[in-house]
Amino acid sequence: MSEEIFLKLEGIKKSFGGVHALKGVDLEIRKGEVHCLAGENGCGKSTLIKAISGVHEPDEGSIWIDGEKVEKMKPMDAINRGIQVIYQDFAVFPNLTVAENIALNGELKNKAKLVNWKEIHETAAKAMEQVGAHIDPDVKLERLSVANKQMVAIGRAIVNDAKLLILDEPTTALTAREVEKLWAIVRNLKEKGIAIMIVNHKLDEIYRIADRLTILRNGAYVSSGPISEYDQARFTRDMTGKDISGEKYNAAASEEEILRVEHLTRSGAFEDVSFTLRKGDVLGLTGLLGSGRGEIGEALFGIAPAESGRVVLNGKEITIKSVADAMANDIGYVPEDRLTQGLFMQRSIQDNTIASSIRRYMKGARLDEQGMEDATKHWIKEIGIVAPSPKPAVRTLSGGNAQKVVIAKWLNTDPKLFILDGPTVGVDIGAKSEIHGILHNLAQQGIGIIVISDDLPELVQNCNKIVVMRDGKVAAEVDNSIDEISLSNLLIGANEEEVESK
Amino acid sequence: MTTQNQKLKMALTSTPMILIYVIAVFCIVVSIRQPAFLSPATAINIGRAGIFTMCFAICEMVVIISGGIDVSFPAVGCVAMYVPLYLNYHGMLPDNVFAFFGLAMFIGLIFGILNGILVSYLKLPPLIATLATSSIASGGLILALGTREFTTLPPSLEALYRVNLVTYTDAATGFTYPLTILFLVPVALCVVMALVMHFTMLGRGLYAIGGDANAARIAGFNVRLLQFFAYIFCGVAAGATAMIYTTLMHSSTTTALMGDEMIIIAACVVGGCRLTGGHGNVGGTILGVLLITLVQTNLNMLGIPTSWQTFAVGLVLLLGAILTSIQAKRQTKLGKI
Repeated sequence: MSEEIFLKLEGIKKSFGGVHALKGVDLEIRKGEVHCLAGENGCGKSTLIKAISGVHEPDEGSIWIDGEKVEKMKPMDAINRGIQVIYQDFAVFPNLTVAENIALNGELKNKAKLVNWKEIHETAAKAMEQVGAHIDPDVKLERLSVANKQMVAIGRAIVNDAKLLILDEPTTALTAREVEKLWAIVRNLKEKGIAIMIVNHKLDEIYRIADRLTILRNGAYVSSGPISEYDQARFTRDMTGKDISGEKYNAAASEEEILRVEHLTRSGAFEDVSFTLRKGDVLGLTGLLGSGRGEIGEALFGIAPAESGRVVLNGKEITIKSVADAMANDIGYVPEDRLTQGLFMQRSIQDNTIASSIRRYMKGARLDEQGMEDATKHWIKEIGIVAPSPKPAVRTLSGGNAQKVVIAKWLNTDPKLFILDGPTVGVDIGAKSEIHGILHNLAQQGIGIIVISDDLPELVQNCNKIVVMRDGKVAAEVDNSIDEISLSNLLIGANEEEVESK
Repeated sequence: MTTQNQKLKMALTSTPMILIYVIAVFCIVVSIRQPAFLSPATAINIGRAGIFTMCFAICEMVVIISGGIDVSFPAVGCVAMYVPLYLNYHGMLPDNVFAFFGLAMFIGLIFGILNGILVSYLKLPPLIATLATSSIASGGLILALGTREFTTLPPSLEALYRVNLVTYTDAATGFTYPLTILFLVPVALCVVMALVMHFTMLGRGLYAIGGDANAARIAGFNVRLLQFFAYIFCGVAAGATAMIYTTLMHSSTTTALMGDEMIIIAACVVGGCRLTGGHGNVGGTILGVLLITLVQTNLNMLGIPTSWQTFAVGLVLLLGAILTSIQAKRQTKLGKI
């Protein structure tokens, strides 16, 4: 890392139809540094990226690239000056090969009319070498995992002479191991003198990679500095503007048993899984992808029922062979991919809130409109959904608010057991702590809560009991006195090399 | 080693290879029942019968790859075949091959531009847009010029009809099987489009916008222009194909091609085009057309009544669809890499 500045923004302002998306943002990115841009959803990160990449022209303020003041920058100008953005969806072509995806943009930039396949393969090989990835260049992109698609997108940016690489929330869809690999590549690029800006708001992830950090809140610059100057408390405070307690959740001791699972087995997914959930417990279920953690949730909700084993809910043995069975036994479930599985995005908050309890509002052949509206208003108030009324479509809500709607939908069914898979994925820190608060409240009211997650800090902080899955079996059951590193070791197994070689 | 075996296995069970197996099996079965099938005459018959299907399929393929669909080409083709003969009949168009084909292609161009505007500028769903164009073209033609049938060709087209590439005479029966020079049109179209689709930025751009229009825009492709090209190409080539139809069939009516769109789309899909766009190529489309033409022209040789033809074509389409679905499943099973 040098002290030389590649990109400098000063007092960038931008508004859309009277809404101030950016209210004077300063940013400095040095050559060869990894710079993290953090802030909650709606803080103006995306607008800032678009200003840097020439998509939006700022209303006020100035941009310097490589010491030169740039005005009226267009997307092509930004690219020619070496600014490359890798968006969350990567903007790749699923139907074309790896080689073509990497090289096509460059061919287009050179205004080529004909396609030189030999050159395309050479370019792709060069990109792969620079990134340090080994992907068959003749495979179509649709066959690649998210992580490899990202490699292709990075490779494409590098061969187009990137001097500043902007990664927009690059770790969202990656597993912990893939994140490590990504960071290795980022370090490698950094050594080549390329500046990298990462948009991310998970401190534990960026701590391992970023040199410096800039935080935005509500379109305004809050703070900036070396990453070592930030701890979780300051990071959270600067992002949300409020102090969020880092206290762990502890259940009031109770012997009253809510759920007992014994020897639950579904071949190929999980085997001989047993655990007990007492009143007040928030039970965490964790493990690597493919460890069976998500499948247990699906089994308890009847999506992919278990083949053998016993489930005892509130002292009564129940059989769950379908979703209808689960719902008849008052079990609620928030799927991992709530946007496609848990919500009707086009419909209103109200429609979504009553979706699982609609029978209750049937008055003969009609629906009790007033009853539905009252119930929705109750939950909006109770769990703090930020919405003017029950009427707006769910797609207009932020991630955190949408997640609260899913929770409201199940709470409206009066569940006895509530299973949440990745309840705070894609949710801001502020909303996250609110959701955790809701869950703690529910647990104390005597509802069994199971949180399935691979977000270890979240688990340690919010669950008083954690079941660790490995290769379909329960590897350990621990309480929340465990630290994240030991938990992480439990996840991958004591003998790391063995896991590595698989 | 295993990966190489796997690659070989994948290549041997790829969609085009399976089509080749099906075609081969069909030919073997027919030739067992009818040894006469194995004769140059059959090849010439299939070549002749497949001329329009092939040309139309290439038009449709380009549009499908770009992520669209065009169901208007039969109606546009009817306008393109009817108007020139009508004008010539009333003494308003000289009797010249270039005039006939030129006007047919010009008519195709006009409707291609219309489709292009509707889809790329007004952002209408392609199916609806081209359905509207189809009705407008077909209805407008009947309103303006009535419904006649021209069954005698103007002398210049008649002369073109008589030019043959080769003529095969069956020694036993004395029947002659001429192959028209117009057979070269689909051949040339296939060669040119195969090159365009694979070796030019225009062709790759069509794949790109069919794969992900947004990614294409970010990469710097002119998405509108490429969509425009697809519809214009389809219109112009369909116009010329319609005139070939008239020349070979000695017929020009306002409804001759109507209803053909489904079989053409079927041929494309069987040949590996995906209706979601971005997939398909000339080789696959040729196989799709070949299979459908074989079924259409040779069912009677198997002793199956011709009235079963539509049914049989339906089965072929089903085969194509199932094949696509199985291949997709296999790929999911292989997992992401």
